[in-house]
Amino acid sequence: MLEIRNLHARIADGREILNGVELVVGAGEVHAIMGPNGSGKSTLAGVLSGRPGYEVTEGSVLYQGQDLLALSPDARARAGVFLAFQYPVEIPGVNNMYFLRAALNSLRRARGANELDAGQFLKAVRAKLKLLEIGDDLLQRAVNAGFSGGEKKRNEIFQMAMLEPKLAILDETDSGLDIDALKLVAGGINKLRAPDRAMVLITHYQRLLDYVVPDRVHVLSGGRIVKSGDKTLAAELERHGYAAYEAA
Amino acid sequence: MSSPATVKNAETLREVAGEGYKYGFVTDIESESAPPGLNEDIIAFISAKKHEPAWLLDWRISAFKHWQRMEEPHWAKLRVAPIDYQAATYYSAPKRQNAPKSLDEVDPELLRTYEKLGIPLNERAALAGVAVDAVFDSVSVATTFKAKLGELGIIFCSFGEAVREHGELVRRYLGSVVPQGDNFFAALNSAVFSDGSFVYVPPGVRCPMELSTYFRINAAKTGQFERTLIIADKGSYVSYLEGCTAPQRDENQLHAAVVELVALEGAEIKYSTVQNWYPGDAEGRGGIYNFVTKRGACRGAHSKISWTQVETGSAITWKYPSCILEGDNSVGEFYSVAITNNLQQADTGTKMIHLGRNTRSTIVSKGISAGRGQNTYRGLVRIQPKAENARNYTQCDSLLIGHKCGAHTVPYIEVRNPSARVEHEATTSKISEDQMFYCQQRGLSQEDALSLIVNGFCKEVLKELPMEFAVEAQKLLAVSLEGSVG
Repeated sequence: MLEIRNLHARIADGREILNGVELVVGAGEVHAIMGPNGSGKSTLAGVLSGRPGYEVTEGSVLYQGQDLLALSPDARARAGVFLAFQYPVEIPGVNNMYFLRAALNSLRRARGANELDAGQFLKAVRAKLKLLEIGDDLLQRAVNAGFSGGEKKRNEIFQMAMLEPKLAILDETDSGLDIDALKLVAGGINKLRAPDRAMVLITHYQRLLDYVVPDRVHVLSGGRIVKSGDKTLAAELERHGYAAYEAA
Repeated sequence: MSSPATVKNAETLREVAGEGYKYGFVTDIESESAPPGLNEDIIAFISAKKHEPAWLLDWRISAFKHWQRMEEPHWAKLRVAPIDYQAATYYSAPKRQNAPKSLDEVDPELLRTYEKLGIPLNERAALAGVAVDAVFDSVSVATTFKAKLGELGIIFCSFGEAVREHGELVRRYLGSVVPQGDNFFAALNSAVFSDGSFVYVPPGVRCPMELSTYFRINAAKTGQFERTLIIADKGSYVSYLEGCTAPQRDENQLHAAVVELVALEGAEIKYSTVQNWYPGDAEGRGGIYNFVTKRGACRGAHSKISWTQVETGSAITWKYPSCILEGDNSVGEFYSVAITNNLQQADTGTKMIHLGRNTRSTIVSKGISAGRGQNTYRGLVRIQPKAENARNYTQCDSLLIGHKCGAHTVPYIEVRNPSARVEHEATTSKISEDQMFYCQQRGLSQEDALSLIVNGFCKEVLKELPMEFAVEAQKLLAVSLEGSVG
């Protein structure tokens, strides 16, 4: 599904943030990427999704066999890459439902599927809301405008459920959530685990991984993956801290 | 082409018009355009072409005399290249002068142009129940649904026809809202206006369909001087749609229309405009100069006038659709979206003049600047001493796309009655890279993302448009901003 080889990337001021990332994620797998502040977690999410402001200087990313880095951000999305934003963006005036329908129909067009009309879309929305146990209070508001932190994160997971990506990158989806909201979001993520879907969870803390149990855990430090292991690595990190794994 | 110079003055013309074009005038009247330039002869020529009564010629000449004493206004935040008024042609008619009785008789070339512009005239007329009085280069060429309107006593016709068939109504109201000498461009229009639309809705009648007119400039170097007069009698209602499109032109074209609305007691007029005249190329060459005077008078108590405009075209837009709230409890509204891209300039807004008691006005203005466009909102809210308990709410938002454009807000507020309440809110924001990326990450192309954000920004205005217009307007917003990001 996703094959990252020797990935180097820098930001506008020239600082190299990623420094040879190696990562292979197979279909149906959930990988957690953990690491301290400034280790390059969000940069990795940005580079994979095509966010402006990063320059890849070396290495390659293959997604379903194609060169992911050659695609524009929207082409990546249409190819099935989804990023749950650490800071979901507010778009005043644009209705959440309308936004999501435009996005979904854009993806459907790319897949050669017919576009959903308002009625069909609403039906699909209802089904997903039920699955994720979220109320429909968010739907009629403008995209993320005036949402609480928890609402924004729930909305991201709801979008993921609607857009049904092949590769979902969740950038600190757990940050800023209280325990109830965390459980809700984690429950949603778990329901979206599927044999043909890969997930990359980027997180500081183990607590999300108590609810979403990963297949693999990687420690990112100094722009490289310095250790990989199974789910027990997360607990180990929690006990010993990141210091033990700092890149030389 | 023969010259109209045989008509020496207004006196001669009166005789001529009354006696069926003697003195060899007939050949002149067949000429399709007036020669360039502006003088009383030309005005007499226009008036004769339109078989106008003497009072109207007098009215035109009087306007011309006003105009001669006036100077072009230069207070707007606009850079306007000098206009040679003597180089322009003030009258031209399409080749087929006989008005067609149905769409079948309309020049197929014209219909094709409408198609290209996304305005399927026939479809629109049939599907949406819209009566269309299409003004093609100064002379009406298509009028539909007239019979149905006639049953209700509604008059919807070309201005020229109104002068001939409903002269008393025209005479009573023409210039009663926008006087001849109101401003430089209104005076010019009053002197040389070619044609336009006339609407009269009788007391208590609710016009069952949206009335619609499409304007288009065709002949090169022809100023377009439309005149529109809409009268809603007591307790009546009418919704009028105006849309303009123009094919690409290389030289600047002057467009100075005048629109007058009169709402009597309890009447309501809703006037919607989608304007996409040729804006000039990316370097600012060509494009229409759109210097328009639009004003409505809420004459009677409980009357209402609502202006909604989507301004995406023209090289320069100078336009302030206004309401004079004379009647007690009358209501004025102004909803506007103005886009300037490339080198377009717009100085637009409204005037709300509160004269009566308990008068209310609402202003919602959305300015969008992209490229090197300059967009100014200029609005006046005036509360006169007798306007007890007058209310105004103004919201004025600007959206910037890119780094080289400008947005300016110039609100004038004059309050002469202490019971008035006037509110003004203004915001300026910029489409952020984050918003664009967020949309793109969800699969929307850059163009679709921009369109989505802009339409969201304009939503409060677009929802005021009649349904079929709203769809067209949304498309237009996206088209107007093509190439402004990336």
